[in-house]
Amino acid sequence: MDITYIILIPLIPFSVFLLLGIFNQQIKPAISGYIGVIGLSISALLSYYAAYQYFFVYGKVDEVYQTFVKKTVWMNFTDTLHIDMGILVDPISVMMLVVVSTISLMVHIYSRGYMKGDDGYTKFFSFLSLFTFSMFGLVLATNLFQIYMFWELVGVSSYLLIGYYYTKTSAIAAAKKAFIVTRFADFGFLIGILIIGYYTGTFDFETLNNPEGSAILNWASTSYMGLSVITWALLLIFMGGAGKSAMFPLHIWLPDAMEGPTPVSALIHAATMVVAGVYLVARLFPMYYFVEDGFALKIVAYVGAFSSLFAAIIAVTQTDIKRVLAFSTMSQIGYMMLALGVSGYKGIEGVGYMASMFHLFTHAMFKALLFLCAGSVIHAVHSNYLKDMGGLRKYMPITNITFLIAALAISGVPPFAGFWSKDEILVAAFENNRLLYYVALFVAGLTAFYMFRLYFGIFWGKETKYEHIPHESPLSMTFPLLFLAFMSIVAGFVPFSELVTADKIGFEGHMDYPLAVVAVAIGLTGIIIAWLFYKKENDLAAIFSSFFGIFYKWTSNKFYFDEIYLFVTKKIIFDHVSTPIARFDKKYVDGTMEGIGNKTVLISNKIKGLQSGRLQDYAFFFVGGVVVLALVFIYIWTN
Amino acid sequence: MDILSLFVIVPVLTILALVFTKDLKQARITAMIGSLVQLGMAIHLIFSYFEERAVNKSIMLFTQDRVWFEHFNIHFATGVDGISAALLLLTSIIVLAGVFISWKIDDLPKEFFISLLVLATGVYGFFISIDLFTMFVFYEIAVIPMYLLIGIWGSGPKEYSAMKLTLMLMGASAVLLVGILGIYFNSNANGGALTFNILEISKVYIPFVAQKLFFPLTFIGFAVLGALFPFHTWSPDGHASAPTAVSMLHAGVLMKLGGYGIFRIAMFLLPEGAKEWSWFFIILSAIGVIYGAFGALKQTDLKYINAYSSVSHLGMVLFALLMLNKTAWNGAILQSLSHGFMTALFFALIGMIYGRTHTRDITKLGGLLKVIPFISVINVIAGLASLGLPGFSGFVAEMNIFVGAFQHDELFYRVATIISVSAIVVTAVYILRVLGIMLMGPINNAEFLDLPKTTWYEITGILLLLIPMIGMGVAPLWLSDMIMASIQPFIKGVLKF
Repeated sequence: MDITYIILIPLIPFSVFLLLGIFNQQIKPAISGYIGVIGLSISALLSYYAAYQYFFVYGKVDEVYQTFVKKTVWMNFTDTLHIDMGILVDPISVMMLVVVSTISLMVHIYSRGYMKGDDGYTKFFSFLSLFTFSMFGLVLATNLFQIYMFWELVGVSSYLLIGYYYTKTSAIAAAKKAFIVTRFADFGFLIGILIIGYYTGTFDFETLNNPEGSAILNWASTSYMGLSVITWALLLIFMGGAGKSAMFPLHIWLPDAMEGPTPVSALIHAATMVVAGVYLVARLFPMYYFVEDGFALKIVAYVGAFSSLFAAIIAVTQTDIKRVLAFSTMSQIGYMMLALGVSGYKGIEGVGYMASMFHLFTHAMFKALLFLCAGSVIHAVHSNYLKDMGGLRKYMPITNITFLIAALAISGVPPFAGFWSKDEILVAAFENNRLLYYVALFVAGLTAFYMFRLYFGIFWGKETKYEHIPHESPLSMTFPLLFLAFMSIVAGFVPFSELVTADKIGFEGHMDYPLAVVAVAIGLTGIIIAWLFYKKENDLAAIFSSFFGIFYKWTSNKFYFDEIYLFVTKKIIFDHVSTPIARFDKKYVDGTMEGIGNKTVLISNKIKGLQSGRLQDYAFFFVGGVVVLALVFIYIWTN
Repeated sequence: MDILSLFVIVPVLTILALVFTKDLKQARITAMIGSLVQLGMAIHLIFSYFEERAVNKSIMLFTQDRVWFEHFNIHFATGVDGISAALLLLTSIIVLAGVFISWKIDDLPKEFFISLLVLATGVYGFFISIDLFTMFVFYEIAVIPMYLLIGIWGSGPKEYSAMKLTLMLMGASAVLLVGILGIYFNSNANGGALTFNILEISKVYIPFVAQKLFFPLTFIGFAVLGALFPFHTWSPDGHASAPTAVSMLHAGVLMKLGGYGIFRIAMFLLPEGAKEWSWFFIILSAIGVIYGAFGALKQTDLKYINAYSSVSHLGMVLFALLMLNKTAWNGAILQSLSHGFMTALFFALIGMIYGRTHTRDITKLGGLLKVIPFISVINVIAGLASLGLPGFSGFVAEMNIFVGAFQHDELFYRVATIISVSAIVVTAVYILRVLGIMLMGPINNAEFLDLPKTTWYEITGILLLLIPMIGMGVAPLWLSDMIMASIQPFIKGVLKF
């Protein structure tokens, strides 16, 4: 299969970025929007074409999906280690191309309406293009270093877009926080890469992931503190993934990241960048699975499950609609991690891997939709808070219906997309680890509850007195909503088990009816409780939350994690490391140097009296010197 | 006239021409033409180097040798390899950018440009020499004008800073001279004559005792200029008081003399001493990397921030040199180049911001992105480059250093490496802090609402520095291969033992 044209998919947004970035002042806003949308449409069409070609025409040889690679050396480290730049085409990268280009295109179209009249309109589109380019580069990466490079680039695009409203103090702080927390995670990622490079002699995914290759077979050759060094490396790489994917305890940046414009939240912080961590683990899945009997993979599963539960609990109490969605995203990504963590490798045992990718795909559609709906609502009522909303279904029929579809999808109601992928995750968890299965099931119930709390709170409930009558958004915004709503219905029917699997050999998908019935029942329970609490104004919710007392307070304060981090960074690092270092530098290090200088002055002041200009003094020193020298020489000679 | 001596002759001719200029206009045009010629020569040198390298496999190319002091066997011996060629290019670019940045200097312009070019002459001479004594002379030529440049054209406590900087660097030169003489007096170990020629000495086995004694002297002598902890304190004060172009040149190229000298003299001629002492200096340089970064976190003066950031980034250079392997050395040279462009750019931007707002205190600045968008955007780019974003030169250099340092698997090296790597996090913190406070947020001073627009010479200066930085980051292969090939003969000497 000729994959050369796939290089164009990232290069088009990159050219758009350069064009809009350099001629920022010269290009009219209306035109820059078109340039962005047209550029991305081409990328999207190429992605769909590539997906068609790969999955249905050329990709399969002897029932196995092949990996196609095209690369060139970018920099040499040693004779064996080098960074390559290139593209790698396999089921997950093609799937990600489709996800990224679809969501990005929709967000581009949506932004033309949402950002209308904004000062930095052109700048906004150039940043979107930069992000899209980096994300394409990330998914197509052929080796660990290349993925790390684009990983950093998506991080910086995220920084620029969160801080887009750069005169707002909270936005700057949020952007900074996001970058620094993920950078801290990337520190682990980088060390992990260095370990892999040193012990396996390669950064190449193909070589690393070969189950019969030396990287996997020799994992036991060196160990450190009771674990194989390769396991350590995988754990550190997962740290990078956990940072980007907002897994506990590195999740704190994601809620704040909602300071960015809503289309950005939909694209970066819901559908694409935040799932990069899942993608990274999936990319190295054979390593995670085979090295040390999947020890690192178990950690992935537990971290994912815990984050999923943790975030879902917090989401229940948040009042800012974007933050509810942010915690929901974190929870759903935890789901994907969990699914990867409980997955096997061969055939149907790899159902977890398949389910994870499947959920990534469907989640991208309905979560982006939820964010875009939220953007539409915020656009109409100029507030992020639930208390300022209510009864909007009359004013915004399209947003109402599309939000409902997305909420049904995420709650796992058949036949919407989320039902199919969530069901596979539950199957995988059920067969592998009962504890995690029950956690996942509970989270499913919570998800349905908080999502419908949101839905009823926004579109039903008590009608707020609006200063301006809210109205439905323009077509440029509703079209993406309708398209994504359509996708949220049909995405579940994609036969993932035949296309995207761990061993790249498809298997027959099946439906586990008892499990599905339980899951749907749990989901519907959540929805019904939300309906009772929030459809009409009543006290049930308040009574219920007071029942939880202090726990409710903790939860609504996100378990004080922000405060803990702030304490560590501000109080400990800034005040107790950095400040003393600055003082130490001035006082002791510099002081010593100054001291040497001052002592020299002192000594020279003392001895400058010797140079008095009086002949008698000189004669005295002369004679004295001769005597001393004579004594010294005599002493040496006599010995 | 050979291609290398011109690097000294052209600046000297420019200086002579400058003597006859009458006012700022003539002086800056003369200086610009002189620097432009040098840039042309440096580019020409790179191309000729590739041509010559294809047919000539000796360590140094374009070698020339003229006797200077016959009695002590001192020669004016010149030659370049890929490393010095790259550094010459760096120097010529920064000198030219420095001239553009000083376009409007109104105080004693003629004398200013003369001093600047004297400094440049010293640096060029240092990079082309392969004779220890000549190198030392050029080193001094480069350092001494700093005193005048800071003392006369500086700001703040300029006399104090100038004195501090000069005294500390002079003290270091004294130590260095002892080291160099130590090498010289051992250069006849295999029965030949005493010599200062680096290539000759490299063929001699200097006794282990002498290596052990003179390596630390030579290393420290150069490392003070490379801001080795705890000898870095001249740098923040010196930079804070120096005028913009001087800071650019000083941090951009002069500080690179330290790393280059260590590489060319200390490591190459005293490899056993290097092995013996590396653990000690690794500790100091790793401390410097993290210490500089934490130091920068607390500062509020832009120049202090950049000076501490230089301590951190150049600590990385020394750290890499001490790793004694190809990859790390490649990283050290790349980091020297990258830091040269980056820090010169930073100082240029600081100068522009200071020139407009008359403050360098970040707490008094804010929202500059709105009033001086071009300078601010470049500042963001430079900041991102400084924190090692892929696509810029810093990333390429740092990754070479880290991968190189990771080739040692003793626990000591591992710990030192991880400490150095952790600087990428702290760097991100202090860079984003500065960008956040200075460029973003609301404008908190009504006087800043209307600041002068960027001028053509400022833009030219910025682009001169920005383009190589991006070029190196996007397509590093030719440069890194060129440097790697030149490191080969050097690493052999070290690995022999």
